[in-house]
Amino acid sequence: MSRKKAVITINYDWCKRCGICAAFCPTKVYDTDNSGKPIIKNLDACVVCRMCEKRCPDLAINVEEVK
Amino acid sequence: MLNDLKQYLREDKLKHILCSGCGHGTIMNALVHAIEKCQLDRDNTVIVSGIGCSSRIPGYLNFNTLHTTHGRALAFATGIKLADPQLKVIVITGDGDGSAIGGNHLIHACRRNIDITTIVFNNNIYGMTNGQYSPMTPVGSYASTAPYGNIDRSFDLCKLATGSGATFVARGTAYHVTMLTDLIVKGIANDGFSVVEAMSHCPTYYGRKNKLKSPVIMMEMLKKSALPLTAFEKLPAEKTEGKYAIGVLHHEPAPEYTKEYDRVIEIAQKGAN
Ligand SMILES: Cc1ncc(C[n+]2csc(CCOP(=O)(O)OP(=O)(O)O)c2C)c(N)n1
Ligand code: SF4
Ligand code: SF4
Ligand code: SF4
Repeated sequence: MSRKKAVITINYDWCKRCGICAAFCPTKVYDTDNSGKPIIKNLDACVVCRMCEKRCPDLAINVEEVK
Repeated sequence: MLNDLKQYLREDKLKHILCSGCGHGTIMNALVHAIEKCQLDRDNTVIVSGIGCSSRIPGYLNFNTLHTTHGRALAFATGIKLADPQLKVIVITGDGDGSAIGGNHLIHACRRNIDITTIVFNNNIYGMTNGQYSPMTPVGSYASTAPYGNIDRSFDLCKLATGSGATFVARGTAYHVTMLTDLIVKGIANDGFSVVEAMSHCPTYYGRKNKLKSPVIMMEMLKKSALPLTAFEKLPAEKTEGKYAIGVLHHEPAPEYTKEYDRVIEIAQKGAN
């Protein structure tokens, strides 16, 4: 079974650096820099569960699955 | 996916004013997903709110929206629904707006079973006015008006709504977002008065006063405290402290108010006896 592939876009103008996306991603796709800004560190690990997108309080994350 | 939902947002008004990590933002996110699932028609949907951080949310939603006065969203919503019963009406309120100043409107809307879906954003505090305790602040919690710990017992809003006659009552959380979306969908589908209590968190006031140091810690609290109804019911009484049930807590259809009102109009138009 091939793994799902994703494209994740973060709207940094809306993001308020709360850390929720990074803390609850089951496969640790995100890292955060010193300011709390989420950085996509390990995109290959993304299983497209969309929990980051759904939990983001600022509607700043868009996850697309690439087929 | 989120890009597909942008039609429901007033993008020119975003980003929103809520603080970093505010649970209300996540609940708004779940609401937008629910609206998409219900395929609500923008012109036939009205979203009404009172006053509070939670009540600011309709301003970001691309529907007919009404930001009213503190505690009175349900009074306005009732008027809208009666004036044009084919409209879908959704009310957004806070625990202060909905259970303190607006508590009387809430119980009577439940009693009438008018077809309105009310989402109570419960962050256990008055966020907008700097963290006074509300009727939903737990005993022992701290608030700006309870510096030694709150001694007022809190409402169980879902029991209050059920006892008052709401025909659909559910509780979800900002952590369990998929379930929350599903509960809102079911609330909208119920032909009658639906109450969805959405457990939220206010990092800025409740968090700071209660030594919950970050939005992530507050999300973890929601994860730990909420149990699906069946699991909650199995807990021995001494283990229920600090825990609550989530899911559909009550669903019992009853005649819907605007339909009953139409019947009255029909009888009246036939002439008095
Ligand atoms: C008649 C009236 N009384 C008091 C206020 C002040 N006030 C504004 S918002 C608010 C409480 C809001 O708390 P809640 O509904 O829990 O919303 P939150 O901000 O926590 O989302 C109060 C008391 C007001 N605006 N109008
Ligand atoms: S959850 Fe959203 S607002 Fe919070 S850090 Fe991640 S992208 Fe930013
Ligand atoms: S979609 Fe799921 S796996 Fe992928 S980054 Fe978001 S939370 Fe992590
Ligand atoms: S004060 Fe509290 S409820 Fe209001 S936006 Fe900030 S975190 Fe949210």
